[in-house]
Amino acid sequence: MDIAWFVVLSAFIFCIGAAGVLTRRSPLVVLLCLELMLNAGNLALIAFARMVGNQEGHVFALIVMVIAACEVVIGLGIIVAMYRRRLPIDVDSMSELRG
Amino acid sequence: MLFEQLLFFVAGGGAVAGALGVVLLRNPFFSVLALVAHLISLAVLFLLLSAAFLAAAQVVVYAGAVMVLYVFVVAYIGGADEDLRPRAGGVAAVLGPVFAVVLLVELTIAIVGSSLSALDTRGAEIGAGFGSPGEIGALLLNRFLIVFEAASFLLLIAAIGAVVLAAKRRGLDDPDDVISVAELARGDVGTQKEAIG
Repeated sequence: MDIAWFVVLSAFIFCIGAAGVLTRRSPLVVLLCLELMLNAGNLALIAFARMVGNQEGHVFALIVMVIAACEVVIGLGIIVAMYRRRLPIDVDSMSELRG
Repeated sequence: MLFEQLLFFVAGGGAVAGALGVVLLRNPFFSVLALVAHLISLAVLFLLLSAAFLAAAQVVVYAGAVMVLYVFVVAYIGGADEDLRPRAGGVAAVLGPVFAVVLLVELTIAIVGSSLSALDTRGAEIGAGFGSPGEIGALLLNRFLIVFEAASFLLLIAAIGAVVLAAKRRGLDDPDDVISVAELARGDVGTQKEAIG
């Protein structure tokens, strides 16, 4: 398979994720869609690493995985805190930093 | 060669279907399951690109650990079905898909029209150990040691942050929830014994 196929697929997944982030209201699903976008970036990184024949892209993708894990942990912590304070689980009503 | 193409289209189709499932399914629990399917398909694609270590990490770390965290949180807050219809006056719900399609067209034009001639090849010649745990580990511990340490420190900070954010705080949320002197004198207020119940 040509590398271009993988890169176009990654662009496709990225756009699906972007649409989800913009349209969904539940912060949980917004986080899931962010994962989609990060993974699409990972796929492009690995495809380009294969294209150049250089493994540094793999290290980059691994670090992106670490960032994604951190983002998930903090995001889910915020959602649990919202639930504890009985705030609506809805991104549209979360417009202030102060709870 | 034919098998490789078949595998690409099966895994790519699975990845796109999983991604669409995440965005289109109403119940957050099913969204999480769709993301698991998406991540496993992506791991197959990583294998096709000879990134063996990353494919394994994707399945173990992502589809395994991170998704379990999601499932627990969905179970905790009780994932109710979400109304997917655009809210009255909601501009983002209408413009969001439009923006995504425009972005896709733009990205595809950029990829097809790019001057990277190697995009239309199967990639450079690689050795047998390309993407193996040994080679990635050697890179991480030699050239990218500081990056590696920074990543581990970041994970530590995130773990502490999650505990601080999600920890139960007594007496902060509810003004009626004040600890009286009599309760304090009982001796087990604010202890782990009380938290366990």
